[in-house]
Amino acid sequence: MAIEVRVPTILRSYTGGAKTVEGSGATLTALIDDLDAKHNGLKGRLITPEGGLHRFVNIYVNDEDVRFLGALDAKLSDGDSITILPAVAGGALGFAAAAALLGR
Amino acid sequence: MARYESLLDACGGTPLVGLPRLSPAVPEGAPPVRLWAKLEDRNPTGSIKDRPALYMVREAEESGHLRPGDTILEPTSGNTGISLAMVAKLRGYRLVCVMPENVSAERVQLLRMYGAEIIFSPAAGGSNQAVATAKQIAAEHPDWKMLFQYGNAANARAHFETTGPELLHDLPTITHFVAGLGTTGTLMGTGRFLKEKVEGIQIVAAEPRYGELVYGLRNIDEGYVPELYDASVLDRRFSVGTRDAVLRTRQLVEVEGIFAGFSSGAILHAALAVAHEAVKAGKRADVAFVIADGGWKYLSTGAYGGTLNDAEEALEGQLWA
Repeated sequence: MAIEVRVPTILRSYTGGAKTVEGSGATLTALIDDLDAKHNGLKGRLITPEGGLHRFVNIYVNDEDVRFLGALDAKLSDGDSITILPAVAGGALGFAAAAALLGR
Repeated sequence: MARYESLLDACGGTPLVGLPRLSPAVPEGAPPVRLWAKLEDRNPTGSIKDRPALYMVREAEESGHLRPGDTILEPTSGNTGISLAMVAKLRGYRLVCVMPENVSAERVQLLRMYGAEIIFSPAAGGSNQAVATAKQIAAEHPDWKMLFQYGNAANARAHFETTGPELLHDLPTITHFVAGLGTTGTLMGTGRFLKEKVEGIQIVAAEPRYGELVYGLRNIDEGYVPELYDASVLDRRFSVGTRDAVLRTRQLVEVEGIFAGFSSGAILHAALAVAHEAVKAGKRADVAFVIADGGWKYLSTGAYGGTLNDAEEALEGQLWA
């Protein structure tokens, strides 16, 4: 059994358009390395050059934010379900509009 | 107290009600695990947003940012707009809302009824279109005032000074507080207050996970994290999909008689997760969560009836929280 990873639309150029991909790894870091080996370039969109999780990327293990589960060190098990989402909490379009209005 | 000088004075002071039927059963002799719902739909315009709207306007008046007759411009997907429209009407301001097209018809009707003007940003164009729309409006009307709920400290302060103290007063044994994560104001304000007062309390966020259409970003760097957000206030953060939110929203009304909007269902879903964990661990828990608004504004979605698949489909592409 592997770990299922749901990929958001904007990152599917790395997965040949696939909505879900499979990977393996005992930690989130290991999983992302495994994914990157199969889908070259994906890691660079999730992890910053400094080695942290990208500010605008949220990753959930079984629907829970990994930043509260040890972030990249979060422990994973076979059968876990991972969801990657861009950071646009409720009212995504409102946020963007608000940020633009303030010139940010 | 049941008598107020004006509607604005009747903001807050909402009831906290137990959910004896939805609270998980515990083995005999085990400590109780109880769910409590804070009924924020009992605010003047029917949502928790009355609290920050009132605080943000008051603060802007006191600082001189707002002057009589000013126009307020606010990007909002609904409830904040409705609250601001009411406050603006009573305090003598004009309100213009920028909102995406994909919100429920009732929200639009309510806003117009309260006297707000609405500028839609096309849903199909995603956030790029919204940015373009907003930039254009701001350029054309440099005198319009923004309260900017995503970065306005008065938003979180409303909850620090009212929601938090009310919860502590009504439930001194509180162990968990669960609320929705949008502007993050509710969780930041209430969470900070409760963390100061209650040792070991867990602050839990429930974040709506929409259908793909809503995440209309061109690339990751267009993402946005509200300025108010401080991850250190939270202990857990759950992403709740449409299906789970609808399921729990229906349970609220079917089992406990609470007719709520879908964001409250998402919040209940996270509250139940921590409640069940407490049962497993054999720990006492008093889990308080927010009913953010009533279900009235979402009836036209049709998602209260039919199968869960139907409901999920009906809400696809909509901002239901």
